[in-house]
Amino acid sequence: AYRTDEGQPWVLPVVKKVEQMIANDNSLNHEYLPILGLPEFRANASRIALGDDSPAIKEKRVGSVQSLGGTGALRIGAEFLRRWYNGNNNTATPVYVSAPSWENHNSVFMDAGFKDIRTYHYWDAAKRGLDLQGLLDDMEKAPECSIFILHACAHNPTGTDPTPEQWKQIAAVMKRRSLFPFFDSAYQGFASGSLDKDAWAVRYFVSEGFELFCAQSFSKNFGLYNERVGNLTVVGKDADNVQRVLSQMEKIVRTTWSNPPSQGARIVATTLSSPQLFEEWYGNVKTMADRVLLMRAELRSRLEALGTPGTWNHITEQIGMFSFTGLNPKQVEYMVKEKHIYLMASGRINMCGLTTKNLDYVAKSIHEAVTKIQ
Amino acid sequence: SSWWSHVEMGPPDPILGVTEAYKRDTNSKKMNLGVGAYRDDNGKPYVLNCVRKAEAMIASKKMDKEYLPIGGLADFTRASAELALGENSEAFKSGRYVTVQGISGTGSLRIGANFLQRFFKASRDVYLPKPSWGNHTPIFRDAGMQLQAYRYYDPKTCSLDFSGAMDDISKIPEKSIILLHACAHNPTGVDPRQEQWKELAAMVKKRNLLVYFDMAYQGFASGDINRDAWAVRYFIEQGINIVLSQSFAKNMGLYGERAGAFTVICSDADEAKRVESQLKILIRPMYSNPPVNGARIASLILNTPDLRKEWLTEVKGMADRIISMRTQLVSNLKKEGSSHNWQHITDQIGMFCFTGLKPEQVERLIKEFSVYMTKDGRISVAGVTSGNVGYLAHAIHQVTK
Repeated sequence: AYRTDEGQPWVLPVVKKVEQMIANDNSLNHEYLPILGLPEFRANASRIALGDDSPAIKEKRVGSVQSLGGTGALRIGAEFLRRWYNGNNNTATPVYVSAPSWENHNSVFMDAGFKDIRTYHYWDAAKRGLDLQGLLDDMEKAPECSIFILHACAHNPTGTDPTPEQWKQIAAVMKRRSLFPFFDSAYQGFASGSLDKDAWAVRYFVSEGFELFCAQSFSKNFGLYNERVGNLTVVGKDADNVQRVLSQMEKIVRTTWSNPPSQGARIVATTLSSPQLFEEWYGNVKTMADRVLLMRAELRSRLEALGTPGTWNHITEQIGMFSFTGLNPKQVEYMVKEKHIYLMASGRINMCGLTTKNLDYVAKSIHEAVTKIQ
Repeated sequence: SSWWSHVEMGPPDPILGVTEAYKRDTNSKKMNLGVGAYRDDNGKPYVLNCVRKAEAMIASKKMDKEYLPIGGLADFTRASAELALGENSEAFKSGRYVTVQGISGTGSLRIGANFLQRFFKASRDVYLPKPSWGNHTPIFRDAGMQLQAYRYYDPKTCSLDFSGAMDDISKIPEKSIILLHACAHNPTGVDPRQEQWKELAAMVKKRNLLVYFDMAYQGFASGDINRDAWAVRYFIEQGINIVLSQSFAKNMGLYGERAGAFTVICSDADEAKRVESQLKILIRPMYSNPPVNGARIASLILNTPDLRKEWLTEVKGMADRIISMRTQLVSNLKKEGSSHNWQHITDQIGMFCFTGLKPEQVERLIKEFSVYMTKDGRISVAGVTSGNVGYLAHAIHQVTK
């Protein structure tokens, strides 16, 4: 979760404002939402992902399912794919998850019934960057119709994203080999500060004619973690296909949670449908993204000033909440035990934990860990 | 070509269809008796005062929006357990239970169904009363369980087929799962009397069945939360370690906020901890952690004496209005000159009523009188008001005389 420079959780000012508006609106009640969710939320959420001028939206071949966070969107998508993709109830369709990835990806698809979950090369520890060749090789070798979970931006946990040129290569292979793109978009806006930039990959795939799913989370970019606001965007060949897909997703939703929670969706819908509130929100998002970007820059410059062995440009080349520092497990242990700095054994740090007050300490500690421990 | 060419259009939801048709109807006297949500005597949705107060308190506290634990808001789950089990419950006081927050009743049922599929290896069979809530079957099926049935509703008397139920239950294979509606059976409104519950408890104990209670109407049925939870508490006292799904959609009017809970009564606190850890492993790949808003509201109401008192009064108010509409419907039918026995309307309890009307009669009610209900003759009494009960009685009399 995001933290301010004081190390505190942050409820976005626009969220506070909109919540007050909702609280003061006596015409609102707590009635059930439709099974697929609040219509104004669904339309706006998909519009944010695909862009105002998305041809897919104009051609009415976009569907949306309001879900319980990004996780819920992934699960509904996974349950649908298991029932209807690549035949009927084909649990043998391979599902590819990046190595590494968010650990819950595996569980979501497993619990949805998929039996063959594999990894695709992603993180190159030696060069501290994307193993593009390994990734493309895995896609070449993957059985046709395999499902690939792609991180739309701010890859979790490595912070390493393909460049637009690399995405183009990925898309070309996936198209040729009939692989299904399932995007996980948990950080749109939060990563670079630009909604469009962070959605570039998803939109590129759409422009290349792919049918795809995109699981969106509004936990981070709206700071609405505990309201469970998510959306599954479905892009199909045409409106008829999308309608049938949605009708079946409705059945899946009905037996999972019947209909989604209204509070978070109302906040997001109200914000996104008002030009003024949208601008305020964009400003709040940029505040968060800029702080993280600043912490990255400051950490890197301190490490380089200290002459810490190794190269540290990956700190600023990576993006989003997380960074794979490159620290090995022993060095991590040193950080935790001796310096009381908590990070994952993988060397992953949460950039949101950095503040202007602790930057020096963290940089010095990394320097010690790297010089003392090999 | 599309990946989805072979995907069939899902069949339309039957209950939704009723509301859709109602909306299109231009008759000023139209009535929507398919609605599964409470309405006040003006036919409007009702936001409870205690809910508004709780919301104001929450707003003033300026809390953050950090993720809840996977198992939900602790103050909420503890209060939910206490509400269902009773504060003097040995099971509650000893801590030999686990309660996790669920996405209202459906989500709680689904967590339980998935838990049983994974950990109750003795049987795949879940026995539902005939009839049951339409969504029970697909929930358990999607969780990987098989559905069976036991006799429950007697269409000849519009009441409980107790001997049929006991007969069927006596033949259920040991260690099967049996689902029981704690109160205000949906869709029939037919509940066992306390003596009948006692016999049912003895029978399920004898057959060594795993009991799954669905309690979606505590307080909303009789107006008394203790009375509505009587069966749940009796079973536990008889040493039956039940599993239980609760919903706060109706009794707190929190429909769209999705406040619910799933409880497992265990042998001891240690077992409860182990069960809890497995429930969390099931929940995480479904939606990670539950939504806070409804749980916060419900928790504040249950845990704040003044608000709790106000809630008890309001839920009794809702139940009383429903009971009063039942009474008025019967008396109006008599006034219309109907010679049929309509006692089942007042004998039944809760939001729904199985009128006993046949499909052809329902069809006429819809076409000729713009009175909308499901084909099985089920009406939502919540859709009846003092302003339209006379019209309803008139319409029913016309199609049944």
